[in-house]
Amino acid sequence: MSETDTRTTEEMSRRPGRERGRDDGKFGRYGGQYVPEALMPAIEELADAYERYVLDNEDGFVDEFRERLADFGGRPTPLQRADRLSERYDTEVYLKREDLLHGGAHKLNNALGQVLLAKYMGKERIIAETGAGQHGTATAMAAAHLDMPCTIYMGERDINRQRPNVFRMKLNGSEVKPVTTGRGTLKEAISETMRDWAETVEDTHYVIGSIVGPHPFPVMVRDFQAIISEEAREQTIEQTGGLPTDVVACAGGGSNTMGTFADFVDDESVALRAVEAGGSTLDVDEEAGVAPNSASLYTGDEGVLHGARTKLLQDSDGQIMESHSISSGLDYAGVGPELAYLVDEGRVDPVAVDDDAALEGFHRLSNTEGIIPALETAHAFGYLEEHHEELGDRVVVNVSGRGDKDLDAAIEETDQRDVANAPDMSMFTGGM
Amino acid sequence: MANSEAVAAAFDDGPAYVPYLVVGDPDYESSKAYVEALDRGGADVIELGLPFSEPIAEGSTIQEALVRSLDAGMTPTRFFEFAEELDVDAALVCMTYYNLIYQYGEGEGPRPFVERAAAAGIQGLVVPDLPAEEADPLREACDDLGLDLVFIVAPTTRDDRLDRLMERVSGYVYVQARLGTTGARDDVSDQTTQSLDRLREYDVPKAVGFGISTGEHAERIVAGGADGIIVGSALVDIVAEGVAEDRSSAEVADRLEALSRELKAGAERGHRSRTEPVESA
Repeated sequence: MSETDTRTTEEMSRRPGRERGRDDGKFGRYGGQYVPEALMPAIEELADAYERYVLDNEDGFVDEFRERLADFGGRPTPLQRADRLSERYDTEVYLKREDLLHGGAHKLNNALGQVLLAKYMGKERIIAETGAGQHGTATAMAAAHLDMPCTIYMGERDINRQRPNVFRMKLNGSEVKPVTTGRGTLKEAISETMRDWAETVEDTHYVIGSIVGPHPFPVMVRDFQAIISEEAREQTIEQTGGLPTDVVACAGGGSNTMGTFADFVDDESVALRAVEAGGSTLDVDEEAGVAPNSASLYTGDEGVLHGARTKLLQDSDGQIMESHSISSGLDYAGVGPELAYLVDEGRVDPVAVDDDAALEGFHRLSNTEGIIPALETAHAFGYLEEHHEELGDRVVVNVSGRGDKDLDAAIEETDQRDVANAPDMSMFTGGM
Repeated sequence: MANSEAVAAAFDDGPAYVPYLVVGDPDYESSKAYVEALDRGGADVIELGLPFSEPIAEGSTIQEALVRSLDAGMTPTRFFEFAEELDVDAALVCMTYYNLIYQYGEGEGPRPFVERAAAAGIQGLVVPDLPAEEADPLREACDDLGLDLVFIVAPTTRDDRLDRLMERVSGYVYVQARLGTTGARDDVSDQTTQSLDRLREYDVPKAVGFGISTGEHAERIVAGGADGIIVGSALVDIVAEGVAEDRSSAEVADRLEALSRELKAGAERGHRSRTEPVESA
């Protein structure tokens, strides 16, 4: 909030553009509460708490949330003009620097909001699931900051692939529970966390990591992440004298996407571009149950997963497919119901960028602007390269996270390809 | 209310024994032998699990069984063929997740699934991720085609929700004995008694599930007022052990039949203790 802003916190948290889904969790045909009966009272209690604390600022919740985002998180994050990219694409490119938020990604906005809300609700324990570990590390940081015991469920295979993130969670005092059932990845971790919650709902809050799941999670996570668009909108007007023509964000589950779009949805002149992971190809292998991409907005069909009706990668029977992306953070077979709705309405334009283009985007931002982006974020820059001719003259791109966590993967993936703009790492990687 | 006469009859005459197994676990033919063993062991209603790839309401025992079945190639199409080929007296109920129901067949909504289920001789559905609020299209299709739609009542279900559920339930109500997901436990929770007390005024059979694994559990629960017992994980455990120990399917079937007899006998003892005056008061 800028110093001249005279709006009250209540007015701020009830901003226009954020009404969708608030009352009943429905976004047109999407959303809802498809959960086991044992969890219904917990999500009804959460919906009530969301209304009281997040919407009505009861007990000063929103004030404390914003204070902690500033002091602990480092908000507001800058909006920075990208000089080289602006020149390259002959348009004004502005970067919303969520990579500079504490923890190195937008994830903290949501994790801090939910852990604080759990405290206001009188809950005594936090649980969360994590795939690659980004949401888990953000939740572990928030839980340590707010002195709440925290358990993170993580698939055994993911634990082996993401050791540094496991250490980060443990360093912050969280318990990391390996999930060995099934294939040992994110979806088993989600099931396991739901199981824990089903037994412990009375004193435990489940921090979902994206705008997915049953109501009120999609609206609540959106509202916590909407601080990105709230700042970006004001910063763009302040720095350029007007609204952007285009807002670009990568999309997996959709939390940084919806957070970046939220306050622009009512600005009809602003094009909203959700960049999904096209993986290696958009074709699916129905026999093997594999979709080698995570483009659920672009290619998915309506279905019900993890508590909500939304667009999904599924086979013709309705079994959920194994998704794939070079970036583990986008690797999810579903997407937030609000984004599914906005795509159907024609308000959000979904596009897919494949692994190769994302990797080139990763190198381009690194060597032209001095910012190493997360592989998730790199998809947005792959999009800029491929589609800059379709864009208007003032583009805001959300840099949702920094790429330190992805260095090993980026070097390995680059090594397997002929990436024109990549540095020669052979003298360093030869011995590996 | 009741749509299916077969399900109603199962509860008419003494306590109902309602076992559950995952269809196709660990393979199609063995699974058929196992379900038929439950029938010989005295099943009144059999809940047939149709595996979904993301079973958020199940404990690890049943989740592993669902994975075994999917890996062996189970699909909704095969599931209905399986139901048609079964030679059993018990009424059949399908337990699965909403996405499979919603996606089945041509056209929008849950009706094609219910039509196919009715044709395959399925008498009812249990859908653990479908709350009453979202259930009207499925409920309507079930009413039209004579299937029961069973809802689960949890210990945490508040009274206002209970009314909403009980307005829509048919066949029987699945009383979740304790918090948590499915799985066999040694204790039977006090929450069961409380739940049964809350449901007393509703005129629909009450079947208690979650954690029942012995004849003694069954006896206590029926003595406490249940009209039926639902047993899943304890039976799925026998199948899982059979896989781990490499037992013949005939041996696994015998074990399933034996546990079924024990559970059914326990339920009947519990029922007698309710209807007969206590001799040494």
